[in-house]
Amino acid sequence: MSAPATAITALRSRHLLGIAGMTPEEITLVLDTATAMKEIGSRTVKKVPALRGKTVVNLFFEPSTRTRTSFEIAEKRLSADTLNVAIGTSSVVKGETLVDTALNIEAMQPDMIVLRHSSSGTCHLLSRICKSAIINAGDGTHEHPTQALLDAFTIRERKPTLAGLKVAIVGDLLHSRVLRSNILLLTTMGADVWVCGPPTLIPADIRRFGVTATSRIDEAVEGADVVMMLRIQLERMEGAYFPSLREYFNVFGMTEARLRLAKPDVLIMHPGPMNRGVEIASEVADGPYSVILDQVANGVAVRMAVLYLLAGGADHEETT
Amino acid sequence: MKKLLKGGRVIDPVNGIDGEYDVLIDGDRIARVGRNLPVDGVTVVEMPRGFVICPGFIDMHVHLREPGQEHKETVATGTASAVAGGFTAVACMPNTVPVNDNANVTSYILAKAAAANLARVYPIGAVSRGSKGELLADIAELRQAGCVAITDDGHPVATALLLRRALEYAGMFDMPVIEHCEDPTLKGDGVAHEGFHAAALGLRGIPGACEALGAERGILMAELTGSSFHVAHMSARASLRAVRKGKEAGIRVTCEVAPHHFTLTDEALSTPIPYDTNTKMNPPLRELADRDAMIQGIVDGTVDVIATDHAPHHYDEKNVEFDRAPFGIVGLETAVPLTFDRLVHTGLIPLSKMIQLLSVNPARVLRIAGGSLAEGALADITILAPDMPVRIAAAVLQSKSKNTPFDGWELRGGVAATIVGGRTVYLNPGAPVARGL
Repeated sequence: MSAPATAITALRSRHLLGIAGMTPEEITLVLDTATAMKEIGSRTVKKVPALRGKTVVNLFFEPSTRTRTSFEIAEKRLSADTLNVAIGTSSVVKGETLVDTALNIEAMQPDMIVLRHSSSGTCHLLSRICKSAIINAGDGTHEHPTQALLDAFTIRERKPTLAGLKVAIVGDLLHSRVLRSNILLLTTMGADVWVCGPPTLIPADIRRFGVTATSRIDEAVEGADVVMMLRIQLERMEGAYFPSLREYFNVFGMTEARLRLAKPDVLIMHPGPMNRGVEIASEVADGPYSVILDQVANGVAVRMAVLYLLAGGADHEETT
Repeated sequence: MKKLLKGGRVIDPVNGIDGEYDVLIDGDRIARVGRNLPVDGVTVVEMPRGFVICPGFIDMHVHLREPGQEHKETVATGTASAVAGGFTAVACMPNTVPVNDNANVTSYILAKAAAANLARVYPIGAVSRGSKGELLADIAELRQAGCVAITDDGHPVATALLLRRALEYAGMFDMPVIEHCEDPTLKGDGVAHEGFHAAALGLRGIPGACEALGAERGILMAELTGSSFHVAHMSARASLRAVRKGKEAGIRVTCEVAPHHFTLTDEALSTPIPYDTNTKMNPPLRELADRDAMIQGIVDGTVDVIATDHAPHHYDEKNVEFDRAPFGIVGLETAVPLTFDRLVHTGLIPLSKMIQLLSVNPARVLRIAGGSLAEGALADITILAPDMPVRIAAAVLQSKSKNTPFDGWELRGGVAATIVGGRTVYLNPGAPVARGL
């Protein structure tokens, strides 16, 4: 079922804590808004005044290059005043609690906090104590909603609709917040989602998410319209999740040969950072089906859309 | 001085009593239970209609936190919480700072309990020194000082060998070994029950098998040694199966279930408040099939005891990221309303069974006084108001800590009064208990 193009103009929640709870209409609104935002990036003067006078704090408790840079560029293109707080320079190292850190930042009256944290549920926690809008930039192994939105945006640029597409997501399912957000988004939009990885890295009861789970990669890739690869963290070997990187690549790595099972116009995606030769062969990552760098490019437009909508969208612009 | 409780429904399962009787208290003892007892020279307390008089409740799994963690709870606040919850006695876990692994700590706790003068306190000693799982604690001295059981609660006993030795050694005093059943490798750094809800929230899982493996190990060691083994805070259906089989085989194994494990499921992790750290405890809230198995075990008698695992934590400690929050919730003041509402008023168990689970059986497991209103027994009495509406309000709990997931819950059935050694130590201001108590 394709999402109906009803004309909603705002998100119901003040926060973006996750894809969970978003309706197809809301997801479509973000993606449609991102289309308009993408055009701004191609102008000579890449700046609009939409968030003029708004203060956005990027609160990152976990190292991140791609996501933090992407948010910061998005904020600047919308003329927001931005501030980066990274764990190394914050008072967290002095033993302050997350709640106190957040309340102190909150006391300086920012409008939005973009939060990245290694513990699941931290965005929910902050949303209960902060007046600012909280945007989840990745919390533990829970959700990474802007990643799923930019993935959907990237697919939508090349496929007429998300509904009915076979999307295979392959890799470390257990520890991936990208997986959870993507499952929620893609199933909400009517895609046929397959997840694949070694049984040691498949979360309990994953079928209750409405996906097909398998450890046979050929089955997952066969006839797929989209193949998303998830990063394998090298330290997982120590937890005995799989024996070796070599064996992992042999059994689950995405090679050109495996990719031939997919549709001829398959898209290869990866949220980054990639481990070449572990979850994905370089020939595939750099090959003609890869849209990995498009994902990164689209990340800015999608985050602009999220920031814009949470700031009040067109309503806010009229008052400034 | 004599006091006559008149006109209540007396339920004393051990003595086969269930009906309208008078209870005569003389000093700290029960003098008589009978009909139309003489009222001359005694203070008569008329019981309101429907009130139930029963042997005092005993919570055999409580963390009083003193010595060392007085910011969470003290013996005084913990026993105030106990009597407000209808408990005339509590057994307190040894994971204090320092650990209750020697007679000095035991005596300290008992001195604090005597000073508080509310509920009776039965300390439980450590199995191993510092609960470190290496050398046995001075178990005979602990017993002499007043400990009624041993455990390394908070953690399982480190090895099967040490558990075997503890069972053998404590066996000479007929002291039960209480075990926090858990395989540490399967627990890992898990924070919630391994299932759909933990997967959806991105929380690291703890499977039911983690507990069941510990239960199976302990039951095997109980069979090997012939000593008494008690499974603490049981939550997983596989553990229940292990206990059931052990009992069928004649092994001396008993077990307890906490009210939160027969009330809640892991769905509480996400609803109504996602990542509420008051839904984080160890063992964790399990899935529906486990929750229902705990209820079934209570109904069919496999479960011996309802115990709260009362685990107070300071507000600051719980107001953090879910995976950084300590495990545990307070339970003393919510146990009776939850048991009434979820088990008795639903028709799953009769009131007499509730009294066995909360009074008779814990006294038997710990080999302590209580659980009976026989002539000459200690006058430890809980008076229940089975139909009283109860609204749980975390802010007004007697416990120093307010970490409960049941805040705002409306339940039916509560405690009207608590009597310890003939002395009224708690009167519920919301229950119309007659004057004179």
